[in-house]
Amino acid sequence: MDLSHGPEYEEFRATLRAFLEANRASAPRGGLGAAGGSNDPALREWQKLLIEHGYAARTIPKIYGGFGADPDILKRVILDEEFARAGVSAGVGGQGPEMLVPTLLEHGSEAQKKRWIEPTIRGEVVWCQGYSEPNAGSDLANVQTRAVEDGDDFVITGQKIWTTTAHLAQMMFGLFRSEPGESKHGGLSYLLIAMNTPGIEVRPLGTMTGRAEFNEVFFTNARVPKTSVVGKRGEGWKIANTTLKHERNMLASSGMLEAAFQRLIDLMKAERRDGRRAIDDPVLRDRLLRLEARVIAAKYHSLRMLTCSIKNEMPGAFGTPAGCAGLITKLSGCELSHQIAALAIDSLGELGVLYDGSKHLRAFGAWQFQYMFSLGLIIGGGTAQIQKNIIAERGLGMPREPRPGPPGAAA
Amino acid sequence: MDFGLSDEQKLLEQSLRRYLTESVPTARVRAIMATDTAYDAELWSDLAELGAVGVLVPEAHGGSGLSLLDAALVAQSLGFAAAPAPFLATGVLAPVALAAGTPAQQAEWLPRIATGEVVFAAALSEAVTKRGGAGLHAEADCITGSALFAIDTGAASTILVALGRDCIALVPHDAAGLTVTPLATIDRTRRFAALDFERVAADVAITAPGLVDRVLAAGRIAIAADTLGACERAIELAVAYAKQRVQFGRTIATFQAVKHLCAEMVAEIEPARSLLWIAAHAFDERPDEAAQLAAHAKAHLAEIGTAIVRTATEVHGGIGFTSEHDLHLWFKRVGLDRQLLGGPEIVRAEAAALHGW
Repeated sequence: MDLSHGPEYEEFRATLRAFLEANRASAPRGGLGAAGGSNDPALREWQKLLIEHGYAARTIPKIYGGFGADPDILKRVILDEEFARAGVSAGVGGQGPEMLVPTLLEHGSEAQKKRWIEPTIRGEVVWCQGYSEPNAGSDLANVQTRAVEDGDDFVITGQKIWTTTAHLAQMMFGLFRSEPGESKHGGLSYLLIAMNTPGIEVRPLGTMTGRAEFNEVFFTNARVPKTSVVGKRGEGWKIANTTLKHERNMLASSGMLEAAFQRLIDLMKAERRDGRRAIDDPVLRDRLLRLEARVIAAKYHSLRMLTCSIKNEMPGAFGTPAGCAGLITKLSGCELSHQIAALAIDSLGELGVLYDGSKHLRAFGAWQFQYMFSLGLIIGGGTAQIQKNIIAERGLGMPREPRPGPPGAAA
Repeated sequence: MDFGLSDEQKLLEQSLRRYLTESVPTARVRAIMATDTAYDAELWSDLAELGAVGVLVPEAHGGSGLSLLDAALVAQSLGFAAAPAPFLATGVLAPVALAAGTPAQQAEWLPRIATGEVVFAAALSEAVTKRGGAGLHAEADCITGSALFAIDTGAASTILVALGRDCIALVPHDAAGLTVTPLATIDRTRRFAALDFERVAADVAITAPGLVDRVLAAGRIAIAADTLGACERAIELAVAYAKQRVQFGRTIATFQAVKHLCAEMVAEIEPARSLLWIAAHAFDERPDEAAQLAAHAKAHLAEIGTAIVRTATEVHGGIGFTSEHDLHLWFKRVGLDRQLLGGPEIVRAEAAALHGW
């Protein structure tokens, strides 16, 4: 345990704080409703500035356009704390920088890294993830969209669904069935596909939030070069699991939780009922304190996981609770995000259900959006129930459920 | 720069767990808890020899001179084993109080804590909440009144008695005018008593600004650690049982309904472990945040701890409800921990006040 704040860190914090203060007025806001792509030029400009100062893409190697710093968990904490405190956007996030980039760093060819990482972290290329299909949700390996070999190309036919930001994206990474005759898990390849390829059609999928963050993507003989494969053909499942690991961390980022919690405190101090601040209501305040314990726990849990990954250590022995520590982040983080929004709405009472630019609306309706959207995140990226299966089976060594025999075989 | 246990801390935890697993199986726990004092001199002297009792005693006084995080690991290991040992009062509360004592007081008491010769109890509950008309007042070096829920009273020779917020008196258990009435609690692995003071001499006392709150913070972290260890054991028992219990022709561990209960317990306990670590770390390194993080660790471990021991019991089904099965040792230990030195609502209100909310 060494969290000592030496002068180097005090200076890092002071410099960052001054930077945020100087740029606060022009910087995009952060904290709530951070979903979406990076097509906003102001956000891209902001990201450029953040990378230059080492406040974004911090540990991405310089040759791929990052800042090239060594991982340092204390600086990570300081960044999360100060961005949360300032209420300023922490830069371009989403599936490209947070999921594809780490996947490419691990499995991509040198050409792929050079081609894609820099524009992705700068927000110039927006990515979407082509995983789920109508019949491949929790059973993701059941992907049916075909990639049929034809000369130097694959010809793709089928349908993806729940494709976040596909309507904004220039590129897709995804799983496709390229090896007919191979096993369910062994027949998949991980491909990078340009969204302007002829034969690709994107249809927005409205959700309960009233917006269309998701899409359906239809492929009709869309032709992509074979060089689009990440890793080897047939290894798609393995590579997708790397991406999923990063997705689980992204969806439950403790920096985002901290920022949302800070906004919740601000709200409960500002909002009055019968002349009394929401935070002075003992029942609401007790709920706030319960959540605060969880936010602190999530923050230090992520530091613990980061420490393990830097030291290349397991958090604990297989089969013990500690051994499962790396598997629980998504499950507990998404739930916490939902609960933070729920308390904000309850603090607002009837004003908490206003939406769509209504009079008396608070925070542009972001709390209701967050409440609904975070329920989507509890389901997306592997449902809470799938996460529990993973914890029990991969972490605790509990056996898989026996597969049912062929229809009619049961006695 | 890292957030995790050091190699020495991992070793401390391993050696304690190994000793407790080998030497203090539940058969011995049950034998010790059936005695009047729930105290076993051999177990206590073994713990002293392993450096556990004197973990917070400075090396100059014969102890290990370690941090509160190390003490929390000891408490967690004892919780894991449901070990009957007066560690909370003797190993945590007394050394933290004595850290503010005079050199003479330190020289008199600390070496005997490290060797296991002196066993403490602690009457601190009235510094948190007064119930049943309890409360103490001191006048002209004499204490009068009552303390309702003194900790670790089974074999204690000296009792730490909180007087106001800045003073802790050290009172012999057989002082004239002191009546000790043992209390029966759900958890029999530790002993508690009601104390009645009728002009009891309080000539030995430690005084320092904020002393009682400092001692409470250390105690709350140790109790949270005890709950963490107890929960780890309850989860391990539940998972192991699910893997061997067969119903409908297969182990119940294959059923998602059972797996999900186990996964939920794990998902609750692991972030809580990190919360406990930062609270213990802050006690030594971040004094401004220490009381608040101690309150959060205490409240949060209490909340998830009681839920976990309940869930672990449900995974066991009927066998977990029997007295023959060991699981209830941890169910009761966690249930008692939850209320000790402030239940969740009480300590959360304290945390809020510390925020200025």
